[in-house]
Amino acid sequence: MLYAILCYNHEEITSAWTKEEEDQCMAQLLAVQEPLKQQGKLGPVARLLPTSSATTLRKTGDEALVIDGPFAETKEQLLGFYVVDVASLDEALDLARDLAKANLSRGAYEIRPIQLLLPSALPNETT
Amino acid sequence: MIDIAWIDKALTAARPQAVSALLRYFRDLDMAEEAFQEASLRALKNWPKNGPPRDPAAWLIFVGRNSGIDTIRKQSKLTELPPEDRISDLGDSETDMAERLDTQDYRDDVLRLLFICCHRELPSTQQIALALRIVSGLSVKQIARAFIVNERAMEQRITRAKGRIAGSDVSFETPGPVERAERFAAVAAMIYLVFNEGYSATGEECAARAPLCEEAIRLARLLLRLFPTEPEMMGLLALMLLQHSRMPARFDAEGQIVLLEEQDRSLWNRPMINEGLALIDKAMRHRAPGPYQVQAAIAAMHAKAAAPEDTDWSGIDQLYATLEIMQPSPVITLNRSVAISKLRGAADALAMIEPLAPQLGNYFNFHGVRGAYLMQLGRRSEAREAFDMAIARANSSAEAAHIRIHLDRLMQ
Repeated sequence: MLYAILCYNHEEITSAWTKEEEDQCMAQLLAVQEPLKQQGKLGPVARLLPTSSATTLRKTGDEALVIDGPFAETKEQLLGFYVVDVASLDEALDLARDLAKANLSRGAYEIRPIQLLLPSALPNETT
Repeated sequence: MIDIAWIDKALTAARPQAVSALLRYFRDLDMAEEAFQEASLRALKNWPKNGPPRDPAAWLIFVGRNSGIDTIRKQSKLTELPPEDRISDLGDSETDMAERLDTQDYRDDVLRLLFICCHRELPSTQQIALALRIVSGLSVKQIARAFIVNERAMEQRITRAKGRIAGSDVSFETPGPVERAERFAAVAAMIYLVFNEGYSATGEECAARAPLCEEAIRLARLLLRLFPTEPEMMGLLALMLLQHSRMPARFDAEGQIVLLEEQDRSLWNRPMINEGLALIDKAMRHRAPGPYQVQAAIAAMHAKAAAPEDTDWSGIDQLYATLEIMQPSPVITLNRSVAISKLRGAADALAMIEPLAPQLGNYFNFHGVRGAYLMQLGRRSEAREAFDMAIARANSSAEAAHIRIHLDRLMQ
């Protein structure tokens, strides 16, 4: 079974980390990831860039609305995610718009740039 | 388990929102600061015991507000009349902790607090010092270190600045769109000043001043969180991130400045660059260009070039041309000439800046750039003369070093 582990924390605090704190944290996390990687159990590891860089596309009716800023509606649940490699925010928004159109339901797509920390180490048959 | 370092960061992060909300309640800066101080002390006692609250800012505002009311009550027993006007917004003091921070209500508080610090009558150094003290909560000692003055002098500077704004008449009503836009522009300029105080540091000053860059970035992030649709704030944050991303490459082991062309680009901070590029991309979608966005776009051109020779100089030239229209200034023309020197050669660039001499004759950087072009043209003795003029116009050895810093930004 594939699981996603989603990380939550106060962004104002983690973004105020000193380089030493940041390095220490990353080293500790890496130590946990390493054996998983060896066992072929670790998928891609990514860090989302700060919410300031986020854009949200909300499907309210037939048309989708683009809003600056992160998705912040706690009444809705995170249901899934895509990772895409595109040239610009506009291209990412076009993609999200297509997804919204194809989606039977309403809802929102948050578009956040990511920093890929580790590529996937999963064996192909798992995916 | 909750450690002191975490609490410390949470308090710092919550401070602008908490102090600015307390200022709205009490309409008095000193009282707001004292109330926040008291709330912080209680947080230090309470959080390790009970665990941190989910929303530290809301907790601090609630506790700070109660402790402020307490103080007023105690004072009013000693004096005579309860100073009703000082607690104008406290009708709902029983509101429970469930009151979450609503961006709509609080964002104007933060903007107001920052705007108070950019009071027109205050010289820019006092504006910066005040913002760092009140909004960021840096200690007088830290601020004094950043400005290379002694603590007492800085204390006096801040006290004087506070005295001057105490009499100023800043409205506590929700600002209208025009007023909000004006506040926004003043605050953005002040944040960029804070950044430049940090960015222009050289040699030994660097360690003391680099935190100013981080502080400016933090404030811009905060404002963007509160006003997520402001393209110029996106531009300003992008600009600062892109410039700050080069920090690890800007000085060599001896603390000497490394010019942009010679910097080891692998040392540039990638996540910062990515965030900056994402922000400028986001800002441009608004089709409401402004000077910060254009400057960020220029910085982005450099960030995107894997090697100096990949730099899109004609793109940079066009962006400077846009900036010249937005903010006509000989300094921008001077900067643009660098792109011209790359595109069409030093002779054209020199011809472009010669007419600026009457306006920029006392600007050391003008002579520095002029010297560089003369040198490229092989006019060595004239070049040396220009460099001498540059150094003669620098007011300190640090400023003389700034010539090279500005070259760093220019000879890109």
